[in-house]
Amino acid sequence: MKFTPHTIEETAEMLETIGVSQVSDLFSPIPDELKTEKFDLPVGISESETMKIMKKLAGKNDADMVCFLGGGVYEHFIPAAVDALSSRPEFYTAYTPYQPEASQGTLQVLYEFQTMMCELTGMEASNASMYDGGTALAEAALMALRISKKRSRIVLDGSVNPVQKEIVKTYLSFLEVEVADIEYGSDDSINNYLDGQTAGFIFQNPAFDGTVKDYTEINEKIHADKAVSVVSVYPISLGLIKTPGDMGFDIAVGDGQSLGNPLSFGGPYFGFMTTTMKHIRNLPGRIVGKTVDTKGRDGYVLTLQAREQHIRRQKATSNICSNQSLCAMNGLFYMSLMGEKGLMDAASLCKSKAEYAKSELAKVKGVKVADGETFNEFVVELSAKAEDVCLKLADKGILAGIPMNNYINDAENKLLVAVTELRTKQDIDTLVSEIGGAL
Amino acid sequence: MSELLFTKSVKGRCGASLPVMDVSKAEMSDSLRRAKPAEIGEYSELDVVRHYTNLSLKNFSVDTHFYPLGSCTMKYNPKVCEKAARLDGFGSLHPMMPVSGALDRCQGALEMIFELEKHLAEVTGMDAVTTQPLAGAHGEMLGIMLIASYHRAKGNKKRYVIVPDSSHGTNPATASMMGYEIITVPTADYGDMDLDIFREKMNDEVAAVMMTNPNTLGVFNPYIKEISDIAHSYDALLYYDGANLNAILGKVRPGDLGFDVVHVNLHKTYATPHGSGGPGSGPVGCKEKLIPFLPKPAVVKNGEKFELNTKGVDSARITSYFGNYGVLVKAYAYALMMGSDGLRDVAEKAVLNANYMMHRLKPYYHLPYDKTCMHECVFSASKQAEKGVHALDIAKALIDRGFHPPTVYFPLIVPEAMMVEPTETESKQTMDIFCEAMIEIAEMTEKDPDSLHEAPVTRPVTRLDETLAARQVDVRYSR
Repeated sequence: MKFTPHTIEETAEMLETIGVSQVSDLFSPIPDELKTEKFDLPVGISESETMKIMKKLAGKNDADMVCFLGGGVYEHFIPAAVDALSSRPEFYTAYTPYQPEASQGTLQVLYEFQTMMCELTGMEASNASMYDGGTALAEAALMALRISKKRSRIVLDGSVNPVQKEIVKTYLSFLEVEVADIEYGSDDSINNYLDGQTAGFIFQNPAFDGTVKDYTEINEKIHADKAVSVVSVYPISLGLIKTPGDMGFDIAVGDGQSLGNPLSFGGPYFGFMTTTMKHIRNLPGRIVGKTVDTKGRDGYVLTLQAREQHIRRQKATSNICSNQSLCAMNGLFYMSLMGEKGLMDAASLCKSKAEYAKSELAKVKGVKVADGETFNEFVVELSAKAEDVCLKLADKGILAGIPMNNYINDAENKLLVAVTELRTKQDIDTLVSEIGGAL
Repeated sequence: MSELLFTKSVKGRCGASLPVMDVSKAEMSDSLRRAKPAEIGEYSELDVVRHYTNLSLKNFSVDTHFYPLGSCTMKYNPKVCEKAARLDGFGSLHPMMPVSGALDRCQGALEMIFELEKHLAEVTGMDAVTTQPLAGAHGEMLGIMLIASYHRAKGNKKRYVIVPDSSHGTNPATASMMGYEIITVPTADYGDMDLDIFREKMNDEVAAVMMTNPNTLGVFNPYIKEISDIAHSYDALLYYDGANLNAILGKVRPGDLGFDVVHVNLHKTYATPHGSGGPGSGPVGCKEKLIPFLPKPAVVKNGEKFELNTKGVDSARITSYFGNYGVLVKAYAYALMMGSDGLRDVAEKAVLNANYMMHRLKPYYHLPYDKTCMHECVFSASKQAEKGVHALDIAKALIDRGFHPPTVYFPLIVPEAMMVEPTETESKQTMDIFCEAMIEIAEMTEKDPDSLHEAPVTRPVTRLDETLAARQVDVRYSR
């Protein structure tokens, strides 16, 4: 299947206009010795044959498992209207809104997105999306270094997802930056780094083990030390939990997957980043701002572009160009449909069902539920290897949780379990009895 | 100008129905509870659908308008690819399945990644590919990381990255983000990096040379082998920015030209949609010597089984999972449909279209590099500027005539630049009416230049005050 519309006659007419006799003449600027003969690929196939292959591949995957996996990505309810709206070709086949008069749709949508992300996180300013939660966290670390110009240490708290820590460390490993990595469960404390040398402290709330904490006092200490505090948050949890703004964080980031984006084996999702107005000029990425046209009517444009790579080249705040606009739009459509009360209700369902799962699992012999207040994700310690239990439950069509040894050492028997509003009481009861049976 | 959604909120509405509460309700403890709800308003499903559908109508897009935005490759996005990505067997999979007891239950998902990587390795002439980078610039970053890791492992002391002055802004921004200083080499009159100046600037401390070939002027650099040999003689590696790969599919492979690392913009070359700015996808290919530095996790084939290798030598990681997976599915469907013959046809028709437009418009607009172009050509509105009509005016006048404008004011080295990339999926008829509009605008420049300063007049807004937006920063609605 080809998508080139040229008929033989049209091609001939065009070649005549150009003044060459054949298409291969147009490739004459390429020296012959550089041209390839080797192109070892099958020939193209029709649309129906393509779909057959894609269906066969998709058919090898089990899409119907009952999912208790989290670790930063969660199976939440997505109203059908979300995909219907982002499937509007006017949105999904447009480019970055460089020409504002031909892109007011995208621009107003992104302005509304920024507004909602600010409201959700309790912050003052937002950009128009980052790639994902992990890269947003790495960009937040770089932003903290820009703000605290003369300091070169980043502290990663034990609450941060170890996979995302690796992303931050990879980004920073090429720069002259000291990364203090407080390992999960270690005795080390952020207090050891409040010495006027740290540029930014990075936390995650709820922590990757699901526990929730109030960081208000810690942020006071960090600000007394004139450092920047960053938190990675799970947006659905903010329907219930005190906001990063109310806790005094300078930068909030996270993965927006849970806001209206399907699991899709890891992406595309969107990262978000919100901050205070004081720091807006240090934000990476696109930002949409409101302005007026020549007749004084309201309109929207990409703004503060002097931070960006296409203007500033090597002096830009980041190299980011494409972001994840369409996924951010899904986030906006989702939040609009849910509304203020819907967001609280979804969070409340998650919390309540997780508490029910915890209380039922605690009754099972060989299961110990970890201490600490959680939102919808928690750790259980089993009397057997978590991996083995997961394998057994997978045979029953259940994804029981993420074995903690994917994240940390010496955690063979620990399992990270997430419960969303889509899991019914019956799903939870089945999980509980199957885990009991697998031990 | 549409009212903001927030002005339409009515307390008590809801556009979503959540599952029932079938367990007893639990609360967060008081100290952790949110003080007040997020003030985002409340709407019915129809409120939301109508609001955003109406907003969508204020956009130009590939499906509604010719969109010859240079360097962005705004080709048609086949619908079957969307359909494939939405198959439950791809869309409903949690990315931690392979490590949570369900490796056997996502074999097709991993196989797709493996096959796409193999395909891209063949197209680019590389030894290995990772699909992880989430956009072109993210791919550039990984590429520079691989190069930096290579030098670090060899104990090479490197400080600089060389870029031509015609390069995309992401090239120097990426190298700088990875701690390198930038050396910029000017463009020679033949339309690419000046070989003599390049030779002078080259030194032992250069880590990498980042090139786009064909470059942003649409010119294929015939001296690429020399550049590669010179760079390698200093143990500097050659980076291929794949933004313009569309022009050379099946004709030339970056790996055969001496490039060590390449990224491919699937959202350009492989027809995945741009989504109003993203998601993109920027898989990276590299030569064997860089394979040890690739980030984890890698999809590997062990006998008949697909597995994850999570042990990179460097334990480098640039994203949490496998990249923008849904985008990869679309690109793979496209790759299957195209095959070797289709991809070659893409390159040929993309180059044919660009040269056709160049020849049609050349009599009316200054063409600073007047030679056979590849996938795009760059005009300058310098003749029109003498009459007070600038590239921006022409862009806005095109909007009134129903076309998305070309990229303007880029590359930075061409004053009043207008960068036209029609792509292979546009027909002669579409290009003809666009060219006629461009010619008519050129004539208007002579007859009535002032009228062009008013454009656009057919859109929901006229020209917007960008200076005001930057001065009185308003990036969110407040009640």
